[in-house]
Amino acid sequence: MNLGLDIFTVSAVSAGAFFFLAGTVGLLRFPDSLTRLHALTKVDNLGLGLVVLGLLPQANGLFSALKLVSIWLLVQLSGAIVTQLIAVAVRQRGPHR
Amino acid sequence: MASFLVGAAGFVLTMVALGLVVILRRPAEVDHMMAAQLLGTGGVAILLLLAAATETPPIVDVALLLALFAAFAAVAFVRSASDQESKVSKATSGG
Repeated sequence: MNLGLDIFTVSAVSAGAFFFLAGTVGLLRFPDSLTRLHALTKVDNLGLGLVVLGLLPQANGLFSALKLVSIWLLVQLSGAIVTQLIAVAVRQRGPHR
Repeated sequence: MASFLVGAAGFVLTMVALGLVVILRRPAEVDHMMAAQLLGTGGVAILLLLAAATETPPIVDVALLLALFAAFAAVAFVRSASDQESKVSKATSGG
C-alpha cells in the first residue's frame, strides 16, 4: 500500500517536472510574446497540478491535503486571470515595447 | 522519498532559473512580467516539494503567500501599464 503510494508520488512528480522542462523549452523556442505567454502559463500550471497531485499521498491528514489542492486552485485562478490581463497589455502596447 | 523530492525540487529550480535568465535577457517589459509569473508558479512547486521532503508544513504557507503575491504583482503591472496608456492617449488627443 505504502509502496504503491510512493510509486504514484514518484511518477506524478516526475511528470510535473517534465512539464516544467517543456515550459522552459517553449519559452526558449517560441517566437513572440503571446505564444511564450501560452507556453509559460498553461504548461507550468499543468506541471504544478501534477506536482500537487503527486504530493497528496505524502500529506499527513485530510486538512493539509485540502490545503495543497486549494493552493493549486488559487494558482490556477490567478494564472488564468493574469494571462488574460498580460495578453491585453501586449495587444495594447505592441510586443516590442 | 525525501531525497527524490529534493532532487525534483532542484530540477524544477534549474528549469525556472533557466527560464528566468532567458526571459530577462529580452527587452520587452511584458517579458519581464512573465518572469515574475514564472517565478510565482515554479516557486510554489519548489516550495511544496521542499515542504514534503523536509516534512516542514509551514513552508506550505510560504508557497501560498508566493502565489498570492505573484497575482498582486501582475495586476499592479497591468494597472500601471494601462495608466501610462491613458495618459499618452489624453496627451495626444489634447494636443
